[in-house]
Amino acid sequence: MTAPVLEMRSIVKTFPGVRALSGVSLSVAPGEVHAVCGENGAGKSTLMKVLSGVHPHGSYQGEILFEGAPCAFKDIRASEAQGIVIIHQELALVPYLSIAENIFLGNEHATRGIISWNETLKHAAALLERVGLRERPQTRVADIGVGKQQLVEIAKALAKRVKLLILDEPTAALNDGDSAQLLRLILELKAQGITSIIISHKLNEIAEVADSVTILRDGRTIETLDVRAGSTTEDRIIRGMVGRDLDHRFPERTAYEGDPGAEPALEVRDWTVHHPIDQQRKVVDGVSLKVRRGEIVGIAGLMGAGRTELAMSLFGRSYGRGISGTVFKDGREIRTRTVPEAVAHGIAYVTEDRKQYGLNLIDTIGRNITMSALSKVARRGVVDEHEETRVAESYRTSMNIKAPTVFEQVGRLSGGNQQKVVLSKWIFAGPDVLILDEPTRGIDVGAKYEIYTVIDRLAAQGKAVVLISSELPELLGMCDRVYTMAAGRLTGEVPRAEATQEVLMRHMTRNTR
Amino acid sequence: MGPVTTDTPQDGVPKKGAPGAAPPPSPSGRPTAGALLLEAARRNMRQYGMLIALGLIIVLFQIWTDGVLLKPNNVTNLVLQNSYILVLAIGMMIVIVAGHIDLSVGSLAAFVSAACAVMMVRHDMPWVPALVLGLLIGALAGAWQGFWIAYVGIPSFIVTLAGMLLFRGGTQIFLGSRSLGPFPEGFQKIATGYLPEVGPVTNYHNLTLLLGLALLAVAVFQEVRDRRRQQAYELDVLPRGLFLLKCAGLAAAVLAFTLTLASYRGVPVVLLLLAALLIGFGYVMRNAVVGRHVYALGGNRAAAKLSGVKDRRVTFLVFVNMGVLAALAGIVYAARLNAGVPQAGINFELEAIAASFIGGASMSGGVGTVFGAIIGGLVLGVLNNGMSLVGIGPDYQQVIKGLVLLAAVGFDVWNKRRVGA
Repeated sequence: MTAPVLEMRSIVKTFPGVRALSGVSLSVAPGEVHAVCGENGAGKSTLMKVLSGVHPHGSYQGEILFEGAPCAFKDIRASEAQGIVIIHQELALVPYLSIAENIFLGNEHATRGIISWNETLKHAAALLERVGLRERPQTRVADIGVGKQQLVEIAKALAKRVKLLILDEPTAALNDGDSAQLLRLILELKAQGITSIIISHKLNEIAEVADSVTILRDGRTIETLDVRAGSTTEDRIIRGMVGRDLDHRFPERTAYEGDPGAEPALEVRDWTVHHPIDQQRKVVDGVSLKVRRGEIVGIAGLMGAGRTELAMSLFGRSYGRGISGTVFKDGREIRTRTVPEAVAHGIAYVTEDRKQYGLNLIDTIGRNITMSALSKVARRGVVDEHEETRVAESYRTSMNIKAPTVFEQVGRLSGGNQQKVVLSKWIFAGPDVLILDEPTRGIDVGAKYEIYTVIDRLAAQGKAVVLISSELPELLGMCDRVYTMAAGRLTGEVPRAEATQEVLMRHMTRNTR
Repeated sequence: MGPVTTDTPQDGVPKKGAPGAAPPPSPSGRPTAGALLLEAARRNMRQYGMLIALGLIIVLFQIWTDGVLLKPNNVTNLVLQNSYILVLAIGMMIVIVAGHIDLSVGSLAAFVSAACAVMMVRHDMPWVPALVLGLLIGALAGAWQGFWIAYVGIPSFIVTLAGMLLFRGGTQIFLGSRSLGPFPEGFQKIATGYLPEVGPVTNYHNLTLLLGLALLAVAVFQEVRDRRRQQAYELDVLPRGLFLLKCAGLAAAVLAFTLTLASYRGVPVVLLLLAALLIGFGYVMRNAVVGRHVYALGGNRAAAKLSGVKDRRVTFLVFVNMGVLAALAGIVYAARLNAGVPQAGINFELEAIAASFIGGASMSGGVGTVFGAIIGGLVLGVLNNGMSLVGIGPDYQQVIKGLVLLAAVGFDVWNKRRVGA
């Protein structure tokens, strides 16, 4: 094997009171795609911040060798000058600037401070060609989808003459098609001699593109596996990440045994929703579905199928315009025109975007948990803080939220623990019907299992659960029945016994227009 | 770990096992009192930083003015001078916590004072109905602005900028360019009156002493009860010795203030009003469901909405409340001047906003306490008063106040970054 292009040796990084990295070593061979995985809080992001100079030289211990030379980056610009570029999970593009302007932001084609637009556009077009993005360089970034924006980020990295490209969860927000395109691009870049480090929770992606994988756990390097050798299975990686064998990734579930003819807890008939701005467009088109008590019903669909739009429009018309259709709860028609009405009828919606729509990140765990049902811990409009603390504490224990107290700020928790707070909030509201929108997005395997257990428990208590998910194994492992959606319409209803990934995918890609 | 949310009351509670929060144990295995104090100070930097700054400013001017600052008549004067800004600061803090701003309060205060003047002087209306009508006008003006902000969705900056012009113009239409007065005695008493004297003649104002003792008893009782309840819920509490020290400090502060007031003319009516507002709004913001909803809206509007918070109604009420408080400030100001004047209330909004930010509000909403607004207002008030006493001109006063505002918020930003928030 040739000398590594990048070597990080015994990196130790401490924050006040927390040791994020305690001796991580990473060795990346030239021209390879190197995956880094580990549970949330394992130290992946911190490690990449050390590498890219976000945490400057001197704030950590250990050494970094890039192309054989020791590095002491004092900021991101210093690492970029060496050809190390990091693309963060949350994209850092300016929405109202054009693609070309974004690509050369901070790196403009300019002489004495005056930008040469002709040169900029020409160069941008060449870079877009290289990443396979067919858009005009003058297009505003706000007008293209997330998948394409990701490609713009890569073009931006290429403009900086990248040698080592670091991608932090690059496909987390992408649909399958865009993900596949991105992964292909990473392989193309590899053929052009660009080394990549890819952080990912999606183990099948790692198997697809990575040459080797380094597993971190609790701020330490556990092992580096050679993926190309062929013996590295997903289960093998998971074992390294959690440090124990996960013989089944879903809790053992006794399938729904209720009477299939029983009155559904929630029934939706002919639900149609129009786009809030483009009001001619039907985002949800004539959807009818039923959920019974004790049943977990999945909704599968590709990005843009209208799953979240369906859920949010049902939940107090929080999305869309020109909404029509009827909703029945336990056989009686109900009005759910506002969120308080929906909550009063025992419906809860756990959002897919916990940071934007689920949590008040600057407030405490306790106050977030009680937010949707504050009156339960209040008397005559006055909150009983002691009672609130007691309630929050009971959820912290029962949901295994990893925080010293319920007075901890939610913004400081890891994704999995934040998700447990959102779930606690809605369980505390005491609903009969829970709509869970991507409840395990962006969280690690261990926390996922815990959340599956909670969902299972809810169904066993007789709640009706709607599970919206982009991960087919999750739907197969958890649901009694799966509806599929495509382009706003219901395209299938598959019982547990007949559901396979192939069957679901076939329904999800069926074009009904 | 960083105490970013130390404005929430729970954060006063030591955190068991929080990373880095455990004070170094003494050889006996229990944390030393000193370590606990240091730890408490570090954790509550944000909450107590301004209180300490206020203390320092008071000491500085007390020395600089050869003790004039804390003379009984000047302390009374301080309260009277700053009362209307403090009233505005309470409302402004709530508006800012909700994630908005109100630029119209100075003009609205002027408008209401002008309206009251017209009612009482030109139409000979008795002062009580005039006062009630004045507050009602404030509520209506707040509802007008709240409607555009909450239900139509126009940014508060724009709506209240328009309001600033509207109400200032209205004031000038009412009054022309003349001031209108004088007012009935009862009305003047709002800003210049004192509580009546009772009992035998002593060197002190008896009723004030009684009130002070009552306040002392209530405060200590509250502290003890809180500690008991926290213990009952198995939360960490201050060790006994420190707790007694805290109570003693609290008692000393209350007694000193009481004696100072009692040796002049007693408790001003307006101080009683302020105390009621502070306690009332402090309680609502901290303990009432609606107060919690205001914090939730400011912290994350979308999440609050999806949790069933009636965002429009809460926003609307916040502005109605601000309107009433602005009206009250205008009434107090007019009563103090004993006239409605067209240029009343100029720059009041800026003083109130500055007080809120000095007192710990966050520009992006969701953070801040009513108590903080009062502290911020007092910092400005003591600066004004002290600088006037030592003969610094209004030109330099503005420069210094500007720098203080910048320093206070700058310290806050630095402190947040230091703890890695």
